[in-house]
Formats: sequence, C-alpha cells, structure tokens
Amino acid sequence: MNRVITLAKKELNSYFNVPLGYVVAGVFLIASGYLFTQSFFLYSQATMRPFFSMMPLVLLFILPAVTMSSWAEEKKSGTAEVLLTLPVENIQAVLGKFLSAFAFLVILLVFTFPIPLMIINLGVPDRGMMLAGYIGTLFLGAAYIAIGLWISSITKNQIIAFLAALIVILAFYLAGSSLILDTMPSQVAAIGKDLSLATHFDSMLRGVLALKDIVYYVSMVLLFLFLNARAVGERNWK
Amino acid sequence: MIKVENLSKKYGDFTALRDVSFELGEGEVVGLLGPNGAGKTTLLRILVSYLKPSDGKVEIGGMNTQKPILEQKIKSMIGYLPEQAPLYEDMLVREYLEFIGNMQGIGEDAIDSRVDEVIKKCGLKDKENAELTTLSKGYRQRVGIAQALIHNPKIVILDEPTTGLDPNQRIEIRDLIKEIGKDRTVILSSHILSEVQSTCSRVIIINHGKIVADGTPETLEQTGRGNSFIKIEVREIADGLVEKLRGIEGVVEAKASGHDIDIEVRKENDIRSQVAEAVVGSGAGLLLLERKQTSLEDIFIELTNKENE
Repeated sequence: MNRVITLAKKELNSYFNVPLGYVVAGVFLIASGYLFTQSFFLYSQATMRPFFSMMPLVLLFILPAVTMSSWAEEKKSGTAEVLLTLPVENIQAVLGKFLSAFAFLVILLVFTFPIPLMIINLGVPDRGMMLAGYIGTLFLGAAYIAIGLWISSITKNQIIAFLAALIVILAFYLAGSSLILDTMPSQVAAIGKDLSLATHFDSMLRGVLALKDIVYYVSMVLLFLFLNARAVGERNWK
Repeated sequence: MIKVENLSKKYGDFTALRDVSFELGEGEVVGLLGPNGAGKTTLLRILVSYLKPSDGKVEIGGMNTQKPILEQKIKSMIGYLPEQAPLYEDMLVREYLEFIGNMQGIGEDAIDSRVDEVIKKCGLKDKENAELTTLSKGYRQRVGIAQALIHNPKIVILDEPTTGLDPNQRIEIRDLIKEIGKDRTVILSSHILSEVQSTCSRVIIINHGKIVADGTPETLEQTGRGNSFIKIEVREIADGLVEKLRGIEGVVEAKASGHDIDIEVRKENDIRSQVAEAVVGSGAGLLLLERKQTSLEDIFIELTNKENE
C-alpha cells in the first residue's frame, strides 16, 4: 500500500511539473464557471443544478486530457520498464495512477467551492442537493478516469488515448439518452439505460444517493482498472 | 545466484530466444555480447521479470521467477538499468532517486543517506538538483545506474550501459561498473567487445537467440577456430620470397603488398622464427615481424557471421 501512495504522490506532482496540468485546471475552471454563471443569472435560482448537469460534458474533455499520458507516455519513453521492474504489482501501479488522477479531480472540484459559497450567501439553497451533486461528480469522474487510464494503457500515442477515451466515454454516456434509446427495441433500451453513465448521474443529481447507482459506478471503476492491470501485465506494446 | 534453464521466448512467429541455459555464481561480472537484435535485451527483460518466458525456467537466488508470490521478493533483489536509461524527465535527479528508493521499500529515515551514497558513488554531486531532461547522455546513464543501486541489490543488470557515450564517459562508466562488481553479481550487455573484455570475468555471446560461446575472455580467445596471421615489413621484397614463405609448413597463404607481406598461418603453428630466417636469408632486410593475435573481436565476428549464413 505504501508503494501505491508513493506512486500516486509522484504522479500527482508530475501533473503540476508540466504545463498541461495547469492548462487543464484552467480550462476546467473557466469553462465550468462561465457555463454556470450564464444560466445562474438568467434563472436567478439558488441552486447548483445547472452547474452539476454540465459536469458530464465538461469532464468529458477534461479527464481524458488528465489520463491520456499516464500509460501512453510511460510506454513511449520506456519508463514503464523502470516502473514495472520495481517491486510493485501491476494492479498496485494501476491503483497509484488512478488515485493520483482522482486526487487531481478532487483538487479541481475544491477550486469550484466559491460557487456554493456564493449561492449560500445569496439565497437559501438545498445544501444536501449540493453535497449530492459533488459526490455524484466524484463517482462520475472516477468512472471517466478508469476508462481513460485503460485506454491509455493500450496505446503509445497520447492524442489517440485522448480521442479514444472521449469516444468510449461518450458512447457510455449516450447509451442512456432518449435520442438513441427510442430507436431501439424496449429490452435493448432497458439494458442501454442501465449501462449508461448518464442515467445514474441524473438520479444522483436529484439528491438521491441510491445503492444501485453507487454499485454501478464502483463496478465500472473496478472493471476498467482490472482491464488496465491486465493490459499492463501483457506488456504487448512493442 | 542466477540459473537459467532451457529458456525460450517467442513473439508470434519470431523466436527471440531459443533454449538458452547458463548459471551465474555470486560476484560474477558477466558480459552478454551479441550483435543488435540477437536477443540480449529480451533475455535481460526476462531476468528482471519484465517479460515472461515462453518456455523454460529462471531462478534468482534459488527462487523461481514464474511463481507470482515470489515476484516482488525477486524484483527487490535486482537493480536494473533498461536500454537507453529511460527516466521520468520532469523530475530532479535527487527527487527521482528518492522516488525509486521509496518504491524499493527504503523508509523515510534511511532514504537521504542512501541517496547521498549513490549520488557520490555515481559522481552526480554536481547535478543533484538538475532536472533530468537537461542531463547529457553520460549523466543520464549514471542516474540510471544510481537508481539501479539505490536499494543495494545483490544483482545488478545493465542493458547497454555505455552505448552512445564518448570515450571518456565510457571509461568512467567502465570504472564504475568494476567498482560495482566488487561485491555483487553484475550482468551487462553490449555489442562493443573491448568493453566487455575490460570489465567482465566471463563472456556469454549470443546470436539469433542462441548462446554461441560462454567462457572467460581468455578461454574464448583460445577456442577461436580462426587462423592466425603474421605480418612482416621488409625493406624490399626479394625475388622468390613470397613463394619461399608459402613453402613453410603451416602457411596457408602469403600475400605481398608494397613493403608488407601478410601471412596466414594455420592455428597451433608458431612459425615466426622460420619466417624470420627465410626473410633474412633472402636478403630482403627485415624491418618488422609481428603475430596478430586472434582477438575476441575476430571470434565474435566469426561466431556471429557463421550463424547468419
């Protein structure tokens, strides 16, 4: 476990050692702040609902940029050979990288705290809903990160890792949209809805932390971390 | 310390290693020699548990590397410098060594003194706080070697530690390897012979994934199957001299060019005195006579070319 934490710390540091980390954080804060204030002052309601409902879209671009280099760059520069010949198991290395990206997400969200503070000062929002929104965003983000890390472990090219992660996450997201589901037979539609990242996020946004949604996100994360560890274990990235 | 039995590695249809077996004792310094693409890196990667063999068995310190439960224990016995010395470019030298040390299980209380020790040993004192991306090739290799030594491993495996270095850096790294080899088992790969000859007590030559020779540099020189050569220089080549030389027993061929004559002699035969007599007798005026030893280089070329045919 010590090694997982050591690795996670080093990875988190390296987000801030290179400009990319700051660029990603800056883009996130500007995009989410701008999109939020637009609707906030339009509807004049003391709620963060519009903020959180944009999160799936904003994070769709942000998190793949965070995870794209994590394995692809290690493979390209050869440091994967250093890392994986240290006394760490594949799954420990995967966990370390997951934790660092997750910590980065937590830091991003902490920087959005001025928004709820402002709303609390301006009106009487439902604080439980706000908390549920943040928790839901963490679960959603964890799933995005796990998918992004896995994709990064099967390519050497960061750009491909970014785009492929974006497409896969989008596919999982759209699987629950009525636009697609209405064209399908009802049994298929039901499965699509259950598998969709969107369905479960929407129910969390309503302030309901249901067990089935939590189980869904946790299993998504575990599945992709497992696939990631397997891809790393196979080492067939010549 | 290291025991390799009937090791094979296939990538799809391509066989990178076939039926490789050898055993290394404690404290041996071994050079793994072969042309590019011979399978050196593949073999080393299997020894450090980075790749899995397709067939065969590797034992490190009596432990089978195929047993998942032993893998971490085996990995921490080995220090490894991969080819090209890959490093986390965004880190500082000291920070990087601390990271590797922590990953090797060195606690916070001991890490500083360990890092100081390898920094000193590898001559990195001036660069301690430099960013890795700014380092020259020679310093990168040293950082790579320092990270391989950080946990004081019993076995050190270096993949082409001197490739791409200038002659001075090469000598420095060579001295460093000699120093390291005093109290541990070292395997280094190279395609440069002089390197291996000067640092290693044993040489294993591989080609096309097979071991073609294994022994001390001296025994390998003796087992070279090539003919030896005598080179003479004369003031003037007298008539009939070349023919006369060809007549000496053991001579395969004698060729004159300018004032030089190259004589190819079947191994085992030392005919220098006969040659000298013949030259002096013909009144040619002997200026130089030397026997060219079959060097490890010749053996290497001979062994690795034969396989190609």
